[in-house]
Amino acid sequence: MTAVAAALAAVPAIPCDATGPVFREPWEAQAFAMALSLHERGLFTWSEWAETLSAEIKSAQAAGDPDTGETYYAHWLAALEKMVVAKGASTPERLREMRDAWDRAARATPHGEPISLAGDPERRADGN
Amino acid sequence: MRALETVLVEKGYVDPAALDLIVETYETKIGPRNGARVIAKAWSDPAYKARLLADGTAAVAELSYGGRQGEHLKVVENTPELHNLVVCTLCSCYPWTVLGLPPVWYKSAPYRSKAVLDPRGVIGDFGVSLPASTKIRVWDSTAELRYLVLPMRPEGTEGWSEERLADCVTRDSMIGTGLARIPEVAS
Repeated sequence: MTAVAAALAAVPAIPCDATGPVFREPWEAQAFAMALSLHERGLFTWSEWAETLSAEIKSAQAAGDPDTGETYYAHWLAALEKMVVAKGASTPERLREMRDAWDRAARATPHGEPISLAGDPERRADGN
Repeated sequence: MRALETVLVEKGYVDPAALDLIVETYETKIGPRNGARVIAKAWSDPAYKARLLADGTAAVAELSYGGRQGEHLKVVENTPELHNLVVCTLCSCYPWTVLGLPPVWYKSAPYRSKAVLDPRGVIGDFGVSLPASTKIRVWDSTAELRYLVLPMRPEGTEGWSEERLADCVTRDSMIGTGLARIPEVAS
């Protein structure tokens, strides 16, 4: 079974058409690719993934998410962050720091130019 | 998404090239892929075509395909005299709400620079040769304004349904690196 087929079998809610997963926006495909790639590296099993993702979706529903499929990959990304922290690959603090850095870089970058962390005005000279 | 990726890449958990490879597999599966239907409608319905060329954003919205990013879409028409080619020299601005995910070559520096210096050569790289009498105009996308090429309708498609016409519209034909063509294998 291919990696994608294994993921689809374990996590059946993934939006698909006749030939495989479909995405509404480019970042959704990146989030999907990230999960495939971390799984291939052995960070988690697909059943662990299905459990984390469905917990994420359930808690979002409890908080009033309409669950029309439009927010599926937002939950996917939140589940990825939880999984990465649970498996010790990063910490919530480090993720928050990095999110803030990207946020500052995006704000400081003129329209039409590629955004990079080098554009973060608070970026330290040592690159961290 | 970017924050998570940065953290995992710097710790060696993921390889950005490997991620790109997976995403590339899905480049035709991202976004609503509505461009082909927009073009097919313009070929079949002269009034729609006029609206599309006058205000691309509004005409595309008529088919209820969103410009959620808020950018304007300008549609440029190919004719026997003029061929249009779209590029983004700064980054990789791309009307993905109608075209799906940008192909990897669209984002590459060689395409971005050569498209401006030698558009006929770039089109040739894609296996398309245009008559010397056809002029080529290059459109440079920005964050606020994206371009969609309205390719010429292939000969021999008179009376075809919009659905059948849409099959002739390739992604590359809407960027200008290809031409619309009748699919070789009609299934």
